[in-house]
This record gives sequence, C-alpha cells and structure tokens, in this order.
Amino acid sequence: MLKNEDKIFTNIYGANSSEISAAIRRGNWDSTKTLLSRGKDWIIEELKASGLRGRGGAGFPTGLKWSFMPKEVKDRPHYLVVNADESEPGTCKDREILRNEPHQFIEGCLIASFAMSANVCYVYVRGEYVNERYSLQKAIDEAYDAGFIGKNACQSGWDFDIYVHHGAGAYICGEETALLESLEGKKGMPRLKPPFPANCGLYGCPTTVNNVESIAVTPEILRRGAEWFSSLGKPNNTGTKLFCISGHVNTPCNVEEEMGITLRELLEKHAGGVRGGWDNLLAVIPGGSSVPCLPADLCQNLSMDFDTLKELNSGLGTAAVIVMDKSTDIVGAIARLSYFYKHESCGQCTPCREGTGWMWRVMDRMTKGDASIDEIDMLQEVTKQVEGHTICALGDAAAWPIQGLIRHFRHEIENRINK
Amino acid sequence: MIENKKNNNSFSFTKENLLLAERELKKYPKGREGSAIISILWIAQRQNKGWLSSDIIDYIAKFLDLPQIRVMEIATFYTMFNLNPVGAHHFQICGTTPCMLSGSEKLKSLLREEIGEQNSVSKDNLSWVEVECLGACCNAPVIQINDDYYEDLAVTDLKNIIDDLRSKKEIKPGSYKDRLSSAPDNKNIKILTEDEIEEIAKNRTKPGLEGKNA
Repeated sequence: MLKNEDKIFTNIYGANSSEISAAIRRGNWDSTKTLLSRGKDWIIEELKASGLRGRGGAGFPTGLKWSFMPKEVKDRPHYLVVNADESEPGTCKDREILRNEPHQFIEGCLIASFAMSANVCYVYVRGEYVNERYSLQKAIDEAYDAGFIGKNACQSGWDFDIYVHHGAGAYICGEETALLESLEGKKGMPRLKPPFPANCGLYGCPTTVNNVESIAVTPEILRRGAEWFSSLGKPNNTGTKLFCISGHVNTPCNVEEEMGITLRELLEKHAGGVRGGWDNLLAVIPGGSSVPCLPADLCQNLSMDFDTLKELNSGLGTAAVIVMDKSTDIVGAIARLSYFYKHESCGQCTPCREGTGWMWRVMDRMTKGDASIDEIDMLQEVTKQVEGHTICALGDAAAWPIQGLIRHFRHEIENRINK
Repeated sequence: MIENKKNNNSFSFTKENLLLAERELKKYPKGREGSAIISILWIAQRQNKGWLSSDIIDYIAKFLDLPQIRVMEIATFYTMFNLNPVGAHHFQICGTTPCMLSGSEKLKSLLREEIGEQNSVSKDNLSWVEVECLGACCNAPVIQINDDYYEDLAVTDLKNIIDDLRSKKEIKPGSYKDRLSSAPDNKNIKILTEDEIEEIAKNRTKPGLEGKNA
C-alpha cells in the first residue's frame, strides 16, 4: 500500500480546504521559482527521467510529448491546453483534482507552460462540471492575487495567463483534436493527423494537450526528483496513479496507489473488496469503458500497469476500474457501452457513424438472445472493419469492448441465443 | 424532432449576463472571439430557464457576429443545450454502465412514474432526461439536477428529493451516503488532518530544490 509520504494528492477527498493557504501548507507552490530557474531543458529532462506516462488514457511519455514543441517561439505563440473533459465512463479522478487540489494543478500548468514556452494555458472543463469549474476559477483568482501566476509569475520573469473554458456535453471533445476544434468554437469533430498539435494546434499554433492528472503531478515530481517517482511502480510503468474504482465493490472510491499494484489488493485494501467476496468476481473493465473487459480468471494476480494490461489485450487507460460481480448481465453491460459510443459518435467518419449504430442494434438483440449464432462472427467482423478505419480512436473504443466480450464471454452470448 | 419554439418576448442579455458574456470574450485572442460561443450560449440558456429558443440563437449570432447557422450547429451538436423548454428542476440521470451497474435503471423507472416521459415537463414543472456518463462513477448512481450532482442515490433518496422539490424544500447536493466526496466509505481508512499533512510535506526530501540556482 502506498505510504502517506509518497502520496502526491493529499487532499483528493476534500477533507481539508482547497484554498491557497491550505494548499501551501500541503506543500504546493513550494519554491516554484527555483524549479523554473532550472530552465526548460532541465524540467523536460527530469520529467523524461521520471518515466511519467500520460494519465489521460494513451500512456504516452509526458516529457517526450513536451519535447515535440518547437524550441523557440517564432511567429506563432505556443499554447498549453489541458484536457479536463473527463468523460470516459468509469473515470472521475480529474473532478476531484479540480475541486479539491486545484492549486497543485495550477502550479503544474505554470511549470508545463513555461517548459514549452507557452504564455497562455486553456483548461477545457466538461460542461457538466459546473461547480468544479467554479472551484478552479476561484483557485486561479487566488493564484493571481498571490502573484503566483500573471505577469512575472512567481517572480520568475515569465508571464503566464490561464483561462477556464468549458464544453457542453460531448464525449468526443476528450479527443485532443476535437477538443481543439471545440475550443475554437466549432463542433467537436477530430482533425486528421498530421499535422500534429505540437506543430499546428489551437488557432494553427504549436499546442500541447495534456490530461489534468499528468499536469497536476509534475510539480511534485520535479521537487522530489525523477528518481523518487521512478522508484515507485514498475519499470516503464512508474510512479503513482489515481485509480477510480466503481461498480460492484463494497466501497467504490478514487484512490492514489502505486502503479503495478495487483487488482485484488487495490480492490480489497481500498474498495472494501468485491461485493460478495473475491470469488464472486465475474469480470473487470480495468481502464475505462474503451478497453476490453477481463474475466475473473485473468484477474487473479493481475498487475495494474500499462504493459501488463496491454499484453492481455486490454489496457490501463485512465485506470478506471469497473468491477462486475456474478450477478451482472455482462452482455447487457457491454451493450450499454455500445449505446454510449453510438450516442457519442460525432458522425464525421462513416465506419463509426454507421458502425456504432449497427453494433449497438446487434448487441441489443444479443442481450435478449434474439440473434443467430453466426451473427457473433459477423459482429466480430464488423468491429474489425470499424477499428482502425476512422480519424480518431472513438471507432476503436466502440469496437474493443465488444471484441473483449466475444473473446471472453462468447459462451454467454451463445447460451442466450440457444435458450 | 427539434421543435425550437419561439419565445414570446424577444431575448437580450441582462446587464449582469452581458458582463459575464463580455468576460468570456476577453479570454481569447483578437479575432478568435468565436471560441466563446459555447459559454455564451450557456449563459443565455441559463437566463432563459434552461433552454434555447430560436430568437436566442438569432440574438447570439448577432452578438458574436456569426451566421445564424454557425450558432445553430453548436446548439444542436452539444447535448447540454436544450432546444425545447425544460422544467424548473431538470433531472439528468446518468445511464451509462457504471451507473447502470449501481442501480440507475430503478431510478429511471421512478422518474418515469413521478415526472412522466423523458423530455416532457410535468405540471409541477419538473423534467428529466437520460444522459451519458457524468464523470462521477465512484459515486454512482448519479443525477445532475440543474447545476448540482446528487450522488450515491437509492430509490428512496430520489423519492425524497422529488417530494422535497414539490414542497419547495431545499435539497442537498453531493453524496447520499455518509461519506466524504469519493472517499471509501470505510471507517478503517484514516483521513489525515491538515497538521499531519503539513508535517509529512515538510519532511520530504526535495532534491529538485537543492543544488545549483537554489
């Protein structure tokens, strides 16, 4: 179990105040000027050495991502855009950072923007998080008043402004280029890549889009050192991570733990265990709705990290663990995700627009057993035609849960059809 | 189908909302004010009791100097914009899998029983709609009523909320279990005090602050 001294988020439940004075007591805004004075290269190298991988789902190394930005600012300004459009079913960690640890996050925005030569940062908060947005804005106002951000932020000589922007209900805006479109005041429809945002992002300017958690952990990584962060977790899967545990556990919760903790320890130490006991586990979705589910027999000594879960044809994603016990209608649970993707497809690419609707209708019939056996292979085939054939990963995300279901619970679908 | 009824009175921002809208415009570089379209529509929707009529779309198009269709495509793309009237208390119930696993189906049945079909406004001015993941899955099942989240709801909790709204009583947002936000509802897990956290923070080694330039 992660020791208290190794925790980055010490107020994640909001047990104590989120105000600036309390945040400073917790160690936020501690010598930020010194960190900035070390220079951009030092910050990026330190982050690379820490092994931090992006916390928004894809797990791309954060330091490396930052290094893709042009070294010098030329004719176009640089931007940092933070993705706080948390909408991946199962995921609810950034909400707690925004409302309970906003200063940790704002300090991270300053450091990241400085490292990438951006004077302006936009935080794109999902529209439904109205109160979270207000909490963040309040903390930003406090940071301006304290001189931590604004002109000559923390007396570093760097000018830094941060603006809260919000969406209005569209899962697709969590995709980085759709988010940029939305931030420009358009429909959230993903852009073709290349050009990548580091080259041509917001308003055609060099832009990096990072997840809230990735940004919020950077000040502590820099203060405590890359070596400390990389000593936690496993090689290539370092550090701590916020896990969101939902579904059939006794005490669902968000919790910061070490990467590579076993699923069983995670559920039993923090979430009160699987409802009805460990043997009552049917399956988990280990990383948010987009990743394929894993049946109980693969969960026995399951290490919760990017590489292990990838080897099992699933993923750590956002570390949103959705637990399903043996009472679950697993076909119905996955069919509901198919409905979600059908609802959230932006309609730009035909395989996704048509495919998500088709897959949902078939899944809906399979839930009731109103299908034929050969339709299972046909469904599998259609998921393969959607996967990899769309501009963004929403098509993949719609295909994977169904593929996981067919891979591990084909018998369940067949039983219903044969009844 | 979207009806988009006309309001009786033509729309303009109140003084207070005009200030809010202008503040939104200032967040973006010159010539990029269109970026504020979502937040400005949202301010307008709030002023108009939770929905956007076609004269609001016209007004916002003029306000932002955009063609009307550009505003309409935003209003129809993003699901939080309502193009038909909603109740004074608009329930948005999350139906996605984590909430479904935690009992949202039963809550939906109760909403149907008490308020009626989705997207209709009851005589006592309540309405409801099923939405996709609200991003509060550790507190499932969740309903957003206007701006606030109501979490960890049992059927009886929701019944009480509806009854309280009907009798004009205040309702309490947040979790309906005895728990702090999304902390485990587990008495064995100790939550540290501010003093304890400060002590831990002080004693950490911070190599990043030592050495050159420090």
